[in-house]
Parts: sequence; C-alpha cells; structure tokens
Amino acid sequence: MTADTVPAIDVRAVTKQFGSLQALKGVDLQVERGEFFGLLGPNGAGKSTLIGIISGLVRASGGSVSVMGHDVSRDFRHARRALGVVPQELVFDPFFKVIDTLRLQAGYYGCGREARPWIDELLERLELTDKRNATMRGLSGGMKRRVLIAQALVHRPPVVVLDEPTAGVDVELRRTLWTFARELHAAGHTIVLTTHYLEEAEDLCSRVAIVDRGAVRVVSTTRDLLARHPFRFLRVTLSGAGLPAHLQSQAEACADDTWELKLDRKTQPIGNVIEELRQAGCRLEDIATREPSLEDVFVELTDKESQPDAA
Amino acid sequence: MQPDHRGLLTVVQKEVRRFWSVVGQTVTAPVITALLFLLVFSHVLEGRDSGYPGVAYTQFLVPGLMMMQVLQNAFANTSSSIAQSKIMGNMVFLLMAPLSARDLFVGYIVAALLRSTLVAAVIFVVTWPIVGLPVSHPFALLAILLLAAGSMGSLGIIAGVIANKFDHIAAFQNFLIMPLTFLSGVFYSVHGLPDFWFEASLFNPFFYMIDGFRYGFFGVADVSIWRSLAWSLGFFALSSGIAIAWLASGYRLRA
Repeated sequence: MTADTVPAIDVRAVTKQFGSLQALKGVDLQVERGEFFGLLGPNGAGKSTLIGIISGLVRASGGSVSVMGHDVSRDFRHARRALGVVPQELVFDPFFKVIDTLRLQAGYYGCGREARPWIDELLERLELTDKRNATMRGLSGGMKRRVLIAQALVHRPPVVVLDEPTAGVDVELRRTLWTFARELHAAGHTIVLTTHYLEEAEDLCSRVAIVDRGAVRVVSTTRDLLARHPFRFLRVTLSGAGLPAHLQSQAEACADDTWELKLDRKTQPIGNVIEELRQAGCRLEDIATREPSLEDVFVELTDKESQPDAA
Repeated sequence: MQPDHRGLLTVVQKEVRRFWSVVGQTVTAPVITALLFLLVFSHVLEGRDSGYPGVAYTQFLVPGLMMMQVLQNAFANTSSSIAQSKIMGNMVFLLMAPLSARDLFVGYIVAALLRSTLVAAVIFVVTWPIVGLPVSHPFALLAILLLAAGSMGSLGIIAGVIANKFDHIAAFQNFLIMPLTFLSGVFYSVHGLPDFWFEASLFNPFFYMIDGFRYGFFGVADVSIWRSLAWSLGFFALSSGIAIAWLASGYRLRA
C-alpha cells in the first residue's frame, strides 16, 4: 500500500469495554482519502466512542486505528496533526477571546505566526471577523459552534471529523455550516460526519456506515444503500371503502383516509396494488409515490426487534 | 522552532495567560495575605526569639510566608486549571492535541513555578524596606524553590485529575495543604515545639521546604540543608512520578 493509497482513517478490529458494557465489538472501517463519509447510528450505538478512539480521547481495549497511516497510539503526534475534530458539546475556555483561542489552538499543533493569515481567513469564512476580540463566554451558541469549527481547522488537517455539528443550531447556521463543509471537501479534505439529520447525510455523504449496538451494520455508498432497500412507498387518499385488511399490516396512517403503504419492490408492483384497492371498492382521491430515504434504510437496519445482534 | 517544542511552549503560554488574566486573585491576593500575616504576627510576637542567632522574628517570618505562598499557589495553579478544564469540558483541546504527557506535565509545572515565584518575589520586594532579607546561599534557595513549586504543582495535577468538582480541590486544600503548611514551621522554629510535635514535624515534607528556604536566606536552619534537599527531592520525585504516570495513562482524563 503506497502512501497515497493509505486510507484517511483505518479502523481495524477495534473493541472497547466500559466495565461490563461492550461499547464496540470489533469494528472495522476504512475511510478513503477525499471522501465525505457519514457515520450514522442511534444514540448509544458507539459512534462517539469510535470518534473518541480516533481522536485520542478514548483508549481502545483492542484493535488498531490509524489516521493517514499514523497509528493513533504509537505515532500519536503525526496522527493528531492529521486530524481536526469538531466536538459535539459546546466547550470553550472562558479565559480567552476568540482570536486567542484560535492562536493557542494553532500553537498546540506546532503552528506559529505563519498560521495567522489562515486564522484570519477562517474567521472571515465563518463570519467571525467582528467577534475576533469577543470573549468566548459572551458568544451565542451558534457563534461558539463556529469557533469550534475554526479550532478544528487551524492546523489545516487533511482529515476533519464533524461530530453532530448541527445539533441544536438554527436553520441559517446549519446551511452555512454545510456550505462550508462542502467547500472543505472540495478543497481536498476528507470529511467524516456524524449526524442525526439523515437527510443531511443523504445530501452530503458519498458513503455511509451505520453503527448499531457497537457494531458496523453496513458500509456502503449512499446510492447503493438506497437502491438495495427492497421497498418503496405509495401514499393514497381513499374514499368509499376503507383500506383492505391484507394491506393494513404494511400501511401507516398519515391523516384521515390517507395511508402510506410500504411495498415490496419485487412482489408488489404499484399497478397491482392500485388494482387491488379498486377491486376492494376504494375510490382513489389522491396518489403519490416516493423512493426510500436514508432514514427508512436506517430504521430498517437498526430496528432492534428485527435485527439479530452482530456480535 | 520544532513543532513539538512550540506545542509545549503554547501550553506554558496558555497557563500563564490564564492566571495573569485574573492577576488580582492569583498574585495580588496571596501577597496581601502574606503581608497581613506578617503585620499581625510581627506586631504580636516582635521581640520573641526567632531561635536563629542574629535573626529578628520578623526577618525569620518572611521566608516562611514566601514559601507558604509558593506551596499554595503552585498547587492552586495546576489543580484549578485542570479541574476547571475537566468540569467545563475544554480539556479535550489539550487531550486531542499532539502533546505528550511530558509536554503537559512540563507546561503545567513551568506555569505553576512562574506564578509561585512571582508571588514570592513580590513579597520579597515589598518587605525589603522593612526586613531587608539577606541572601546567603542563592543556589540552595533556587533549588528548594524549584523543588517546592515542582512538588506542589505535581500534587495539584494529581488533585486536578482526581477532582470531578471544585469541592474535591477544596478538600485537598483544607485537609492536606493547609494543615501541613501550618505545622511546618512557617511561624516558628520547630526546636521550640514539644518533643512529639518536633518529631512529627520531621515527617512533614513542607517543613524541609520551608527550612531549606530559610537556610538560603540566613545560612542557618533547623536541620541540615542536605537533609532538606533530600526530602524535597524525594517528595518531588514521588509527586511528579505519579502525576506523569497519570497523565501518560490518561487516568480519569481519557475514557
């Protein structure tokens, strides 16, 4: 494997035990250079533990992790210089102004005065220029979030991890952040995103991994994952007779007389279903179809009732 | 400059700026406390025999007060910084940075040394017109100062790592630092104590730091300077060893 083909992040057989709880059960994951990669999963799935191990905040019980070919334990200095992490929580040091926070952060990574033009550019691009001399404690939540992003980027890391960066931010800031994330990706950064907003992952990520109960359930391109989903959805508003009994198990009521039917792509052609409805005496007032979203796939894969434990 | 060195220097810079941003609390207040002790004790006990030939009690008192503030401020600097960073969550910026346990340890200790030395130096300068302290053995003075600040800075790291709330730091200060300081001969020569308390004082590492510090000024002390240096060095080795081991293992810092 040449230096250019080494994955941006290489996670191999990583386990993590917290007392009697096995938080990660032998996770294998490779994020290629230049990818916009989504790490999805319900609360408590192990995403934050995995990111913690990659960034050095959590020590793995077993396995190995490397960032740009540098082992996060044995070669931690190079691994951490290659990585910028935007933490999930709004954490800050109340003693410092925004500009001091960023300059100190650059210093931790060995960057001196030469980083100052880049810090000024980050302030500009994140619309923080007029806040450069504001104290951290005086900033709004959204502004603090922007500073966290700037902190993760001050040392120009090739790999950027965004750990739920839009949690609790308003719509405008969310759009600004995603535009910025796209620009970073276009500039050659590898981006790893965790989010609960699955439509964001669908929009932004070329590949996603779905993590559940400490194991990676699936890693796939977003397109393949959606295409592999065996269902599609038919939304109907009916009058006359009600929904036939044999379709009710796969229907979800949306409003009075409006149902969304989850249809098997292979065995339930939409034409057949419409014909069944007519034969049952239903009058179709309205009809619409939709393809499955990432959220549908996510629910399918993380449904605890239907999925056996991978461990 | 090597990136690793710049990282270490930045930790020092951050810690110094942190205490300097509240200089009234971190430097001025301890100086005033020491001056108040000096004012009260010198007024009440002036004329009392210091136990040191040719050394007035007020003169005797000043090195003890200086060292008392060195001990307390070195501890306070590291313990409050780490505890606050843990409680507020901003410790992650240091833990995710390419900094080794050695970088963190040296960064915290150098800042603690600078703060405590600054406090001691201001007390020395302010009391100079009143007591005019001689400096008989500057190297012994410097060695004890470094070991004392290093030891207490290390103990502060240990306390900060253990602490999950500020109460834990206060417990260290109230139930360990303060009793050991007051029973270490800040205000008296231990030769004036009853036998039991004299013997007990010989197991208090703070006593050797204060006694050795006095030797640096007056050239005389309750025990040999070599014994004080050995105890101070031993205490530093123990406390710094634990602090570095905990920073390296990530104990109570990394999950």
